[in-house]
Amino acid sequence: MIRILLSKMLDFFEIIGKCVKAWITIFVDFAKLLFETIYWIFLGPFKKKPINFSSAFDQMVFMGFQSILIVFFVTFFTGMVLAMQSAHQLEKMGGVIYVASLVTISICRELGPVLTALVIAGRIGAAITAEIGSMKVNEQIEALDTMAISPIRYLAVPKLVALFIMLPFLTVIGDVAGIIGGYVVGVFSLKINPGLYMNITWKFLTLKDIYTGLSKAFIFAIIITMVGVYQGLKTKGGAVGVGRATTVSVVTSFILVIVADCFMTGIYFFWGV
Amino acid sequence: MENKKTVISVKNIKKTFQDRVVLEDINFDVHQGEIFVIMGGSGSGKSTLLRIMAGVIGFDSGNVSFNDKSLIDLSVEQKEQIRKRFGMCFQSAALLDFLTVEGNVSLPLKEHTGLDAKIISMISKMKLNLVGLAGFEDYLPSEISGGMKKRVGLARAIAMDPDIVFYDEPTAGLDPVVCAVVDQLIVDLTKKLKITSIVVTHNMESVFRIADRVAMLYKGELLEVGTTEQIRNSSNEIVQQFINGNIDGPILLNEVKE
Repeated sequence: MIRILLSKMLDFFEIIGKCVKAWITIFVDFAKLLFETIYWIFLGPFKKKPINFSSAFDQMVFMGFQSILIVFFVTFFTGMVLAMQSAHQLEKMGGVIYVASLVTISICRELGPVLTALVIAGRIGAAITAEIGSMKVNEQIEALDTMAISPIRYLAVPKLVALFIMLPFLTVIGDVAGIIGGYVVGVFSLKINPGLYMNITWKFLTLKDIYTGLSKAFIFAIIITMVGVYQGLKTKGGAVGVGRATTVSVVTSFILVIVADCFMTGIYFFWGV
Repeated sequence: MENKKTVISVKNIKKTFQDRVVLEDINFDVHQGEIFVIMGGSGSGKSTLLRIMAGVIGFDSGNVSFNDKSLIDLSVEQKEQIRKRFGMCFQSAALLDFLTVEGNVSLPLKEHTGLDAKIISMISKMKLNLVGLAGFEDYLPSEISGGMKKRVGLARAIAMDPDIVFYDEPTAGLDPVVCAVVDQLIVDLTKKLKITSIVVTHNMESVFRIADRVAMLYKGELLEVGTTEQIRNSSNEIVQQFINGNIDGPILLNEVKE
């Protein structure tokens, strides 16, 4: 009896050990990938292997320009919803006018960067994994390797550079769209005087609100690209594998974006940055 | 043949994948300027062997040397230098989908040679001409046939004027005529450009059409190495069954999982 119990316990610890080991491996691999990408960005030019700017520009058009509409709509309607919901509560205290500042500040500090990042994780993170994943299963990554071309330098670097530049831009667009959404509800539905609405908006919005939001966008860009590339390069097992990798990539990006957001908000909150 | 210079030497190679032995005790030399064919059934480890020789994947024990330099104790830079002298042709051609035919062929030149764009374009046109695809420069890989893709892959493999070209199943999935065309190309390029070709295939017609020497792999072991004549007259029953494609014989088709 005791022996059976003991062996069951050993099995249990073995499973825990295996899980921990697997997670450590993933973490180390991911860190290596990130390190190598940053290495190529900064040290590549000294080894006569500079960043491929034409490829980075193509990526910027695809990642940035072509995402403007979807980012605009998502944050615009979120701004409207936020205005309606907060008006309902603020009405009870006779402070409907503060809808303006509430919407603006929550969009700029939180919802703008996070919603934009989530939209982009769905649109771009998935695309990165699917592209690199199908290259992996079709031997194209191996082909790059045999030509002594680093897949990380050739594929990951332009993508990271492009999203690192474009995500903050998209976030600004998201912020503006959210504020417009709030304005539309505030002025046309809640009948707040347009001048007064904008006045309240600017009065409470500080520069800090904007740059804390934008600083998050840079981190989110790194998360989305690197998770996408990591899952892509790890893809195995044909079309099914590509599908699975894409799902894992988007889910991981979503979770990491939210977790990173929580951490950064915590830092700003407790250190009063 | 015997006095020729050895370019690649494989010694006592052993390779395992998760406790499963894929290759064991492999020994042979490849001479300069010859077409060396590695044949064997599916799962005999021939593609793995090719990748080990090309330095794409590692091995557990043994040694591979290129021009008497061991591939094991090289730094990353030295390895890269050697890789530039290798070309590789993949079973699926492995062209980059987002680049045109010319873009694919010129990729290694753009990345490794600081040559002027015009000269690179000229070289890639010349290489495409060699494989009979002049005029297809601006097509995307998705717009051309399987046989053409293989030929573009071949043009890309010889773009950097390599010393050795590795072919992984160059004729798999092609019709007999295109098969013969690709075989002819391999022979022509090897002789014209004075390169050494190492070909993995299980297409017997191809083997006897192109090979100078042949190695037969069976279940991770090297059964025989010799000229096509020696292989044709081999007394080994497995070799005979394989080259004649008989159903009855010592080759077991029911894989037994150990």
